Amino acid sequence: MELTWYLILCFMLIMYIVLDGFDFGAGIIHFFFAKTDEEKKQVMRAIGPFWDGNEVWLIAFGGVLFAAFPTLYASAFSGFYLPLILILWLFIFRALGIEFTHLINHELWIKPWQKAFGISSLLLALFFGVAFGNVIRGVNLGGVEDGIAKFTNSYSFFTPLWDGSFSPFAQRPGVIDWFTITIGLVAVFTLTIHGAYWIILKTEGDFVKKLQSKILPLWIALVVFIVISLIAFVTMKSFQNQIFNQHPSIYLLPFIALSGLIGMLLARNSSKHWIGFTSSTIFIIAGICTAVASLFPVVIPSTNSVVDSLTIYNTASEKYALETGIVWWIIAFILIVIYVTFVHRVYKGKLTEKHDHH
Amino acid sequence: MDDALLYGRLQFAFTITYHYLFPQLTMGLALIIVLYKGFYLKTSNIIFNESAKFWAKIFAINFGMGVVTGIPMEFQFGTNWAQFSEKTGNIIGQTLAMEGMFSFFLESSFLGLFLFGEKILGKKLHFLVALLIFIGTWASGYLIIATHSWMQHPVGYEILANGKFALKNFSELFGNPWLLPSFFHNQMASLVTTSFVVACVGAFYLLINKHKPYAHLFLKTALITGLISSLFVAVPTGDLLAKQVALKQPVTLAAMEGLFNTENGAPIVLIGQPNMKEQRLDNKIEVPNVLSFLTYKRWDAEIKGLNDFPKEEWPTNIPGLYYAYHIMVGLGTIFIGIMFLGVWFLWKKKLEVQRWFLWVLMFAAPFPYIANTAGWYTAELGRQPYLVYGLFKTADGISESVSAGNTLFTLLGFVGLYLVLGFIMLILVGKIIHKGPKLIVKN
Ligand code: HDD
Ligand code: HEM
Ligand code: HEM
Repeated sequence: MELTWYLILCFMLIMYIVLDGFDFGAGIIHFFFAKTDEEKKQVMRAIGPFWDGNEVWLIAFGGVLFAAFPTLYASAFSGFYLPLILILWLFIFRALGIEFTHLINHELWIKPWQKAFGISSLLLALFFGVAFGNVIRGVNLGGVEDGIAKFTNSYSFFTPLWDGSFSPFAQRPGVIDWFTITIGLVAVFTLTIHGAYWIILKTEGDFVKKLQSKILPLWIALVVFIVISLIAFVTMKSFQNQIFNQHPSIYLLPFIALSGLIGMLLARNSSKHWIGFTSSTIFIIAGICTAVASLFPVVIPSTNSVVDSLTIYNTASEKYALETGIVWWIIAFILIVIYVTFVHRVYKGKLTEKHDHH
Repeated sequence: MDDALLYGRLQFAFTITYHYLFPQLTMGLALIIVLYKGFYLKTSNIIFNESAKFWAKIFAINFGMGVVTGIPMEFQFGTNWAQFSEKTGNIIGQTLAMEGMFSFFLESSFLGLFLFGEKILGKKLHFLVALLIFIGTWASGYLIIATHSWMQHPVGYEILANGKFALKNFSELFGNPWLLPSFFHNQMASLVTTSFVVACVGAFYLLINKHKPYAHLFLKTALITGLISSLFVAVPTGDLLAKQVALKQPVTLAAMEGLFNTENGAPIVLIGQPNMKEQRLDNKIEVPNVLSFLTYKRWDAEIKGLNDFPKEEWPTNIPGLYYAYHIMVGLGTIFIGIMFLGVWFLWKKKLEVQRWFLWVLMFAAPFPYIANTAGWYTAELGRQPYLVYGLFKTADGISESVSAGNTLFTLLGFVGLYLVLGFIMLILVGKIIHKGPKLIVKN
């Protein structure tokens, strides 16, 4: 049961990152690359009908995490208190940037909201990467100092935003250190390319050509940060994960990720616009699966030797709750598939001016 | 109370109060929009469709505000109430997750389609989409109230050796006797808010002599739904809810009513100020025996006063609770009066000449918001000092690792951000109302 719920949550998280990921990417592109009004409109058109539905994957993920792994939810949400609240505030700015910009047609109104949309998308992509980096690196569970746990609940922890040394090896590493920032940048570049491919897929015109020409430099930057983070990861953790040895087929995952990464480069000038988007999607999915599988069954590793890591087994709900939950989850999921197919069918193909708001 | 707990509570109270300003309008408006789309489908009269479109714009802004302020609510259980979440996640995690999976997906998938897809969808599908959004918002309310009802009156659980609440019976969770009265009361209250808002806009248009066909339609809709819902809010739903409180939280009822001593044939207090030192009500005006009758259907039934309960069980803020309850009930009575009068004028076709009444309608709009907020404060303050009534104290629910300074920082951040948001949203709604629905040219 724990494993089933864990897979469900991984699935929901991946759905969220793949879907809202292109919205973040579109925001970043809106900020850096879309110069003219027409280009900016084109970016908004590509995400307008979808972003709200995409964000719901995160909300639902949070709810299901709460239900299935309450201790994990309590631990992670209180432990990452400040970064999470900052993420919330950024979400507010992004939503307003998308929905409110076009409501008053005056430069003084439009400009700041457009900026708010771009900057919040950039920071959200970065922060989600940083959060992921934190989970891989582990945290000081129990608030242990000098071998003594500070909190009565062993799942409790609190990460400061940073520690003076910005080192992942510090006794109380902060949310931001050079390792997590690297992962954050990997996320930023991945999602920028992902967003670019979405806009290429959903719209047409000169801007599509312009985006295609930006893929190469973005891709190179992405590869640089991936290499740095991999080296850091390998030096940080001695590779002794049983799961890889028990199930050698999991070694396939990194290779799938690699093929997605290569596809992201090769597809840049292809006229089959779906290939690029598919490649970046494969890269994201396989990349996350690799990282998650390498931790399994741990979800938040403990960086001290006093408190045990949080695993899916020591944080789950009781059996009955997990079993009943599955029933309604499946029903709800079938309904969701119906809605999503319906909406995407209405908006299938290229979106043109006739699909614009107002 | 230590600072971390105080700021945590203040932050929750502030953010939830603010959040609920928006759903109370959207849940009601969703119904009004369905009604207008339905009439349009039947009569093909364009005025219904344009009205639906007009209110959909206001709906969309409120919905957006509901979403952005709702997400912090869901996060806050984990960020600020970690111990509570850890202990009760088995149960309230379920209902909250169901809300995400069942209603949020429904609403957000179809809202965009409703707002921008009328041409692509055609008349019938567009009506259907409106209906689905309505179902989504009400399901949202239902599942939240299910969560809340469990906290007021826990059922279907067992407490494990490690202090966690485990779900034992799923159908009991949804068969909670607290749930249905609370849900219908809340939905009716949300319709009261919506009716007053729709009436306010209608009255405004009549007063400035613009958009007259819409003004008449809005007033007619609003006065009729308003009368029905303000009656239902009192009887049967409010009455039933009060009986639940009397039965399951008698000490809360005593505090709500400001009843310090047990009485046979307890009076209902219309006005009075609780004096906690002397343990009595000052300056009171009361009607004898009515409370006993309302609660037990017997004029001389015994109602227990606060002094018959141990002090540790008393709600922590009795004056606050007492005022919140009296504000809600008092306003509720006034709403019924206003709506009766309105329907009377409507019936006699005198609305347009009774300009003073239009002014009343225009300035009445904020009051249902106050009544709704007061109602929630009644529920929440009445439950204190517990989070899960009788079983789990508020003080035990707070996150252990989050310091007072951090919570104060985020609380101030929320206050600042929300004030700016509120200001912007008022400008936008004002703009939409000022512009008005599309002019209809007679052909
Ligand atoms: C327009 C708003 C409005 C109006 C006019 C009323 N209520 Fe109300 N009331 C609410 C809006 C509300 C609410 C905000 O929606 C609450 C909070 C929790 C809930 O389910 O509904 C509520 C809660 C609430 C509670 C507390 C339940 C609890 O502890 O969980 C009681 C006892 C009543 N109501 C009773 C009444 C009575 C007897 C009314 C007679 C006129 C009345 N209400 C009018
Ligand atoms: C399902 C819905 C709700 C749930 C699960 C819920 C739960 C909670 C929780 C966990 C707290 C924190 C503990 C505390 O400070 O007492 C709280 C407090 C509070 N909530 Fe609710 N709440 C809900 C709805 C609402 C609504 C809609 C409002 C108001 C509009 C509201 C108003 C408050 C207030 C004012 C407090 C602070 C009480 C105090 O400080 O004594 N709640 N509630
Ligand atoms: C602590 C309690 C609450 C939490 C955690 C919460 C959470 C949320 C969240 C996350 C959203 C955004 C949904 C989306 O993306 O579509 C939302 C919106 C909504 N909430 Fe709340 N909420 C709470 C209290 C309430 C209450 C008390 C009600 C009504 C009875 C309510 C009714 C709604 C509705 C109808 C929406 C849809 C958006 C709208 O119509 O404005 N919520 N809520």
